[in-house]
Amino acid sequence: MKIIIGLSLILLSGVLAAPPPGPPAPHPTKDSIASVKAFMSVYEVLMSPRCMNCHPAGDAPLQGDDSHPHTMEVRRGPDGRGLYAEKCSNCHQPENTAGLHTPPGNPKWRLPPADTPMIFQGRTPAQLARQLLDPKLNGGRTKEQLYEHMAKDDLVGWGWHPGEGRTPPPLSRPAFAAQVKIWLDNGAFAPKEFTKKSTN
Amino acid sequence: MLTLLVNQQSHQVDADPDMPLLWVLRDLLGLIGTKYGCGVAQCGACTVHLNGEAIRSCVTKLGRAVGGQVTTIEGLSPNNDHPLQLAWIELSVPQCGYCQSGQLMAAAVLLRENPHPTDQDIDKAMSGNLCRCGTYPRIRQAIHRAARLQQEGGGV
Repeated sequence: MKIIIGLSLILLSGVLAAPPPGPPAPHPTKDSIASVKAFMSVYEVLMSPRCMNCHPAGDAPLQGDDSHPHTMEVRRGPDGRGLYAEKCSNCHQPENTAGLHTPPGNPKWRLPPADTPMIFQGRTPAQLARQLLDPKLNGGRTKEQLYEHMAKDDLVGWGWHPGEGRTPPPLSRPAFAAQVKIWLDNGAFAPKEFTKKSTN
Repeated sequence: MLTLLVNQQSHQVDADPDMPLLWVLRDLLGLIGTKYGCGVAQCGACTVHLNGEAIRSCVTKLGRAVGGQVTTIEGLSPNNDHPLQLAWIELSVPQCGYCQSGQLMAAAVLLRENPHPTDQDIDKAMSGNLCRCGTYPRIRQAIHRAARLQQEGGGV
């Protein structure tokens, strides 16, 4: 009896260890739980002042770690680069200006354009995930382009080099990019409306 | 030595490319109509045009301006007859005058891009230029006057 059981276990373990028959799956396994969990980390970064301040709900950019409306009545303008004598690059240089309370900078400094404002401020995780994935609302980006924007875009990358007096996002850029990839590779699931924000 | 084009004149400038443009204009070229206010792009007193845009020269490095066209208050018009300058004189806008060259340079961009601004357009567009004397009502009035002059073909 013991021999039979032993043989059975050996055979069974051999079956379990064998590679699955047929060609590899065309797509990696989709894991909605891993996807949503990763998005919640992504969400924490996107809602940090360094990202959200340039994705405001209104027509004015936000400033500071408290995300107050930009002083000087600065407005988005049709192309996201400001209006009249208050265009972004009038004060914001290609690089951060040295010192506290001076204009941060990047060669591409701007908001999303008025016809695709890509609002983060006030969005729930579910709303923001759906918006990010909708090409009509995300600037016409595919998932690959969305990843490129978040992981490699220079203006997005400014968030991790914000200059004096500005707190960087809660994850490093590589850690953020990794979470974006997990979210997308696992099916880019949007959280349920009731998904709670992480307290980490 | 760097070449800087200011008010349609070419200047050879012996300065570090990181020097603020305002320093170059005032201290090296003697164009003292542009003022130093805050030094951190918060007040607008140092506003000049770079390629037609109303930049803050206190935080703009010389290197960014090289290869572009800089216009200061001294070059806003050939004979001080820009509609804004005429309106400014007509309505006696300045009080102490310190911020006024920056106000004019900012207003010039507003009028170029919005020839018929409303009160709200003016208030919002000029919010980045501070005036400690509080001449805002006259500034607004003068911009309206300049808009009419511009429409009638007065001034430049």
